[in-house]
Amino acid sequence: MTNEELQNKIASINNSLEFTEEASEFLNITVNKDDLHKLCTDLKSDTDLSFDYLFCMTGIDYGKELGVIYHLESIKHRHQIVVKVKTEDRENPVLDSVTDVWKTAEFNEMEIFDFFGVKFNNHPNLKRLFLTPDWNGFPLRKDYVDVDNIVIK
Amino acid sequence: MTKDKITNDSFKTQEYFVNMGPQHPATHGVLRLILTIDGEIIKNIEPDLGYIHRSIEKMCERDSYQQIVHLTDRMDYLSSHINNHAVCLTVEKSLELEVTDRVKVIRTIIDELTRIASHTLWWGVMGMDVGALTTYFLAFRDREMINDIFEETCGARLTMNYNIPGGLMNDIHPNFIKRVKEFLVHFRKKLPEYDSLLTNNVIFQKRTKGVGILSYKDAISYGVSGPVARGSGYSSDVRKIHSYAAYDKVNFDEVLFTEGDTLSRYKVRIAEMWESMKIIEQLIDNIPEGDISVPTKAVIKLPKGEFYQKVETARGELGVYINSTGTKNPYRMKFRSPGLSNLNALNQMVVGGKIGDLVATMASLDIVVPDIDR
Repeated sequence: MTNEELQNKIASINNSLEFTEEASEFLNITVNKDDLHKLCTDLKSDTDLSFDYLFCMTGIDYGKELGVIYHLESIKHRHQIVVKVKTEDRENPVLDSVTDVWKTAEFNEMEIFDFFGVKFNNHPNLKRLFLTPDWNGFPLRKDYVDVDNIVIK
Repeated sequence: MTKDKITNDSFKTQEYFVNMGPQHPATHGVLRLILTIDGEIIKNIEPDLGYIHRSIEKMCERDSYQQIVHLTDRMDYLSSHINNHAVCLTVEKSLELEVTDRVKVIRTIIDELTRIASHTLWWGVMGMDVGALTTYFLAFRDREMINDIFEETCGARLTMNYNIPGGLMNDIHPNFIKRVKEFLVHFRKKLPEYDSLLTNNVIFQKRTKGVGILSYKDAISYGVSGPVARGSGYSSDVRKIHSYAAYDKVNFDEVLFTEGDTLSRYKVRIAEMWESMKIIEQLIDNIPEGDISVPTKAVIKLPKGEFYQKVETARGELGVYINSTGTKNPYRMKFRSPGLSNLNALNQMVVGGKIGDLVATMASLDIVVPDIDR
């Protein structure tokens, strides 16, 4: 399906989504964090869409908000989309886990928790993946300061 | 006393933990696995990562795009040229820079040489892991020839840094074509030896056949890629699906095996070496004339936006995501590493099996730890 057809199809599933194609080759969908899990389940189970391959999962710090970006592809149809979700809560950011939809999300969500501090509901084993459990702060956030290990010139 | 009675009453079994690594020869680098085992049966595996995490993604936010290319060598050091290629393709895509056909063909040839070098090293180590030391020495004999070719042309044997955004750092060495042809003649004779020495060995077959099975459905759900995916019959070759460089101009087959066990992952890699040779043979006599690089500005500034490019490394699908705000550094850079997803599926493959099978299955995943740790 082309990006336009995808947009029409996905808009018929959930009409509160925001679509952009600006400055990206993929169709970008911004979803409210409460609708995330429902949307992901629908995207995978719908036979015309069948987004069964989560090929990249990125955590990102927008400054004010924290976000997670899901790159999805369908093995059957070979079309790709990007789903974005944001949360404004920087103290205790919580999103729904998608490990039950795509199992590959397990390690990726652990990595995002490790570096951005985003917690995922219903994750089977949420803990720091790379850093030690007693590490202070979340290093890939833009406001992270580590006086011992990072020298700012 | 019946047999059942002995096992049930006389022996009490108990689960216990065993550490495998971080300094274990079969974990290929500093990977620590915490095994929960009952006797010899594996109940659960928990990888403990981060021993060589260098936070390359954070460093990228500080560096210019030319500098980032050099950092990517250190991720999956066995396919360093392909990693460089991925970053260069992303930067070129965002700048809408079209490289010359000469660059595309040379990049493709060197990518495939890298793949053969990586697969030969894997073959040697795979043999060693299941107890055949000879394979290690044979593999290094053949890999050495490719390293010599790289040394002459790129000036380095492992971390090549031959790609730059817009082209190549310098032209190929005058000996390059002759040496590559010599290697192909040599390797066409030697690759059948790999089969007669290891593939058809009865002990090897018994250690690998039906061991560590990953089903087609799980392969997709776990997002595995590369030979691990193709061993489960899941067609995932980025070179075919989202073709880049000169791959759309050459004929080659995507190797698929459907059993999903350790042996089929092994066979995929052996067959891929034949396919790589086929690709190089089609291109080596037809390197077009042209410039080796398109001039770029000294300070590369990407336009505002998000850019994504995937390539097929020796281990699977490497993705590069750049979020740019229009400055000379990326706002956020992410590398989708094939190793992390492949390692994620390890639990699925080995739980219920024996520790010896774990070693064989790990070897068939071809894990490079810096690629996972980034």
